[in-house]
Amino acid sequence: MDWGALHTILGGVNKHSTSIGKIWLTVLFIFRIMILVVAAERVWGDEQDDFVCNTLQPGCRNVCYDHFFPISHIRLWALQLIFVSTPALLVAMHVAYRRHEKKRQFRKGDQKCEYKDIEEIRKQRFRIEGSLWWTYTSSIFFRLIFEAVFMYAFYFMYDGFRMPRLMKCNAWPCPNTVDCFVSRPTEKTVFTIFMIAVSSICILLNVAELCYLLTKFFLRRSKKAGNSKQQPNHEDKEETKQNEMNELISDSCQNTVIGFSS
Amino acid sequence: MSWAFLRDLLSGVNKYSTGIGRIWVAVVFMFRLLVYVTAAENIWKYEHDEFECNIKQPGCENVCFDHFFPVSHIRLWALQLIMVSTPSLLVVFHVAYRENREKHHNQKLYRNPGKIDGGLLCTYLISLILKTGLEIVFLVLFYKLYNGFKIPRLVKCDIKPCPNTVDCYISKPTEKMIFLYFLVATSCLCIVLNLSELSYLIFKYSIKCYLKRYTKKQQ
Repeated sequence: MDWGALHTILGGVNKHSTSIGKIWLTVLFIFRIMILVVAAERVWGDEQDDFVCNTLQPGCRNVCYDHFFPISHIRLWALQLIFVSTPALLVAMHVAYRRHEKKRQFRKGDQKCEYKDIEEIRKQRFRIEGSLWWTYTSSIFFRLIFEAVFMYAFYFMYDGFRMPRLMKCNAWPCPNTVDCFVSRPTEKTVFTIFMIAVSSICILLNVAELCYLLTKFFLRRSKKAGNSKQQPNHEDKEETKQNEMNELISDSCQNTVIGFSS
Repeated sequence: MSWAFLRDLLSGVNKYSTGIGRIWVAVVFMFRLLVYVTAAENIWKYEHDEFECNIKQPGCENVCFDHFFPVSHIRLWALQLIMVSTPSLLVVFHVAYRENREKHHNQKLYRNPGKIDGGLLCTYLISLILKTGLEIVFLVLFYKLYNGFKIPRLVKCDIKPCPNTVDCYISKPTEKMIFLYFLVATSCLCIVLNLSELSYLIFKYSIKCYLKRYTKKQQ
């Protein structure tokens, strides 16, 4: 059970996403999860072992490390990725529910069901409309919120996105203000900025997808409204035509009757 | 043999669950199993090496660590995940038993072997009660073993061979505490889901029973 399992779960959602959604998923897996697993974890791997304080006082290093890193960058990123991927499960559950309903209809032998066999239902791709549109849009909205919250938490906890080389610590049991040196600060800064940049790209993609869905929704609505307005005029014209024809027929009938009677 | 085995097991359970049961499986996968494997395991990885006491006496650190951490948080967490997922297997076994029976008698004994009714309903309810019970047991165990869900930065130890009361420092206490609270929160969420599923099933089937009896009386 690892990130690969998440990939399997979210891969199913990919089929029912918009194109922007598919790009977002690709960016998530390649530029965030893969970078986290393959590179970032190695960089932060020895973070406590190589965190060195200029003192021999036992316990000072532990306490200073805990003071400056309440939660490690790498764990915060892992949590962020998990929380950001979870809303997609809402869509997966909704699609599974719809499939289940269609299979039930098919098994009952409902004539309204337009599928030939169960395999077709399993492979079918649902369009994002109706209640699925609401589920999809709320999932994007939650994604945005989680991304923003984590980015803010990062900024707040670490006073910006830079990793300093030296930290001064005077927490007990350190006997005085002690110099503590972080391991690989530049490499960590580079990766932090990279992960923040990719997070921002993901936020932009989500905003674009949200705007796209809203635009589609309003366009569809205005088309429907437009169609329903045209139909009454059309019906009026037909009615007047039919009335004229009826009058002509009744006139011609009257004439024939008069003709016969005379 | 790894967590992937548990994942495959639970995917099998998903087929015979109610809607709330499926949400429970999703919560266990995403917020408990995945968080455990990707984040929590690494925090506790070097807990013994990084546990430092202010003394040079050989053996003192070992003894103090053993005194304060009889069972490591991360091992209790893993045990909890395994124990809490196992009752769902009862349902899988019961469905397999039903299908076996149909094969043995070579006729259709049940309308749908996977549908939750009759004996399978009892098994399902028992599995829910067991799951909830085990969650509560582990939460109480965590609370009793570690005096609450706090992890202090400093613990004082005076067990032999430590010559006097010695200061010992735990590594990454804040990070461990954050993840411990996360574990407790997800446990409580799972308890709430189990209890709602239990009440939903009891309510649904008592209404069904009542309606059946009412229509019989009318006839």
